[in-house]
Amino acid sequence: MGWKLYDSRLAWTLIAPTLLLLLLFLVLPIIVMTAYTFFTFVTAGVETSVLTLANWKEFLFDTYYHGFLWKTVRVGATTAILCALVGYFPAYFIWSTRFRHKWLLLLLLIVPFWISFTIRTFSWIHILGEQGLINVVLLRLGIIGEPIPMLYTEGAVIMGLLHFLLPYMILNVYVSLESIDRTLISAARSMGCTSAQAFREVTLPLSLPGLGAGLLLCFVLAAGSYVTPQLLGGSRDALFGNLIYDTIMGQLNWPMGATLSVVLFVLLGCAAAAYTRYMGMSQIMKGLGG
Amino acid sequence: MKISTTRRLELLSERHRDGNISRRTFLTLTAAAAASTGLSMPWMGRALAAATEVRFDGWGGVVQEAIDKLAFQPYTAKSGVKVVQGTFGDENEIITKIKTSKPGDFQIVHSSGVNYYIKYVNGGHNSEINEANIPNMANVLQAMIEPFRKITPKLSAVPYDYGTTGIAYNTKVISPEEAKEKGANLLTDKKYAGKVGGYADMTTRVWYAALQTGQDPNAISDMDAVWAKVRETRDLAKKFWSSGAELMDLLSKEEIVVTDAWSGRVAALQQQGAPIGYLDPAGSYAWMEDMLVLKGSPMAECEELINFMLDPATAIAVAEGQNYPPSLDPTKVELTDKIAALPAFDPTGTMEALTFADPVYWAENEDAWTKQWDRVSKGA
Repeated sequence: MGWKLYDSRLAWTLIAPTLLLLLLFLVLPIIVMTAYTFFTFVTAGVETSVLTLANWKEFLFDTYYHGFLWKTVRVGATTAILCALVGYFPAYFIWSTRFRHKWLLLLLLIVPFWISFTIRTFSWIHILGEQGLINVVLLRLGIIGEPIPMLYTEGAVIMGLLHFLLPYMILNVYVSLESIDRTLISAARSMGCTSAQAFREVTLPLSLPGLGAGLLLCFVLAAGSYVTPQLLGGSRDALFGNLIYDTIMGQLNWPMGATLSVVLFVLLGCAAAAYTRYMGMSQIMKGLGG
Repeated sequence: MKISTTRRLELLSERHRDGNISRRTFLTLTAAAAASTGLSMPWMGRALAAATEVRFDGWGGVVQEAIDKLAFQPYTAKSGVKVVQGTFGDENEIITKIKTSKPGDFQIVHSSGVNYYIKYVNGGHNSEINEANIPNMANVLQAMIEPFRKITPKLSAVPYDYGTTGIAYNTKVISPEEAKEKGANLLTDKKYAGKVGGYADMTTRVWYAALQTGQDPNAISDMDAVWAKVRETRDLAKKFWSSGAELMDLLSKEEIVVTDAWSGRVAALQQQGAPIGYLDPAGSYAWMEDMLVLKGSPMAECEELINFMLDPATAIAVAEGQNYPPSLDPTKVELTDKIAALPAFDPTGTMEALTFADPVYWAENEDAWTKQWDRVSKGA
């Protein structure tokens, strides 16, 4: 029996190498990490396989962790919403422009990815710092008498995350806009809609899946971030990822670090699951289900 | 009479045992023979691995640049053994990497003295050095070796340099007189709120808080008072730095005007002409660094490299380059005026003028205090 187009066996065969890689490099490490959450911490860098619930109890009953989890959700959500607000319009502009070299605009979007993420983050120090561009210009213009404290604040962290994540949002929204049948907008206009009404009634609703995917991606990446808060944030601007880093790398307490990692994984997994439930990421699986 | 290649190699081995040829010549000839004939002798694995490279991990920046330029490059030129280098900003970071790698992947670490030595020993990462292969150890300060020997009679590390974590201040803002008068309390002076820095490290924070509360950092009786002081510094601080490069950047860009700081990094800034003063207040935190050889390392090559690094000419050049005094005993080896002028330098060789952390006391409290420091640093 030959292969059919959209044959589920063909789909599974094609996706098998990726699934194998996911199994080896994602699922298996998560299982090992989960097992570690039940190990007993002895001293820095030393643990035993004597099973215990102590790490989970510490997480569940210690409000210190809950506060950071909430803060991580708040910063992640704020960043994602700001990305949506700031990113929708460039995406809309690229989609609707009649500029002949639209590819150039898309290229500009991915140019930042050619530079190291760490260097891009460091660049904000020279912009937001006391001797940074903004303060120096404002001081020389006589607008301010003292440098404005911008660096090492939560605002600087969100700015850094916005800089890092904005292209993801714009690309997601742009792809979604590109899939809209433009005749629908023409139809809305011919039926008496103004440009604004056509946008509100047709373009915006049809671009929501892209906006939703962008929000999910930005939230997950922002909430899982630890480099940006480390470089641009003050001591109080740490996110949950920084807690994990400090527990594993500073305290050398792997069992507790593993527990916190699993917690963050579950939190971000729940966000992805909620998106799947309400925005239809499961559409992706339809091709496999036949 | 024609002899077989196997017999030739056995004769070579005998000549080496008898001391007629050097170990390096023996290994080189054996490796060459192996490459040309494909034969295998019991010592060949070591022979083939011998002359290639040694892995070193250090603190990066001006310190490692000095070690590379003044010790590793001359060593490679002399021996043909390449020193492959890595860097870390926090020593716990390299301990994590060592824990997740197989023995031998990491070989020599520029480690932060006895406090960290205990961690390597607890984790089973230490090796046993053959001190007979490091004759230059005879010149190393006994006062620096003894704390290591108390932990493991058979050493896994050789002390290499020492320094202090004192107070660095911007002389355009703070006068030397004011710094001397306030000492450790300069870090909690509200006048400099938002312009204070500090090393993001539990030991340094607790040490200075102990000094600020009038306690002995090696016998703290009131930890609540210490944590209260740590919080006070945290609330005044603009940024707790986590690497020497970050410290120098914050000071030179005037993001901060006062911080506790590593003596050698401050000396480097001063040599660059930065307006930075340095003060070791009473009880200032002194520390030593060592060359730690990890389990699974090619011991002979590592010992040979360390011996080369401890050669007075090399050690003095490195000390001048990295701005930290060497572990050489000044009563046995004549050191230079530049070294004598370095912060923390002890001309007596007894180290009695410096206050080091008691390794046993700090090891007992390390886990609990590190955990608490992580919390306090984040606003708890």
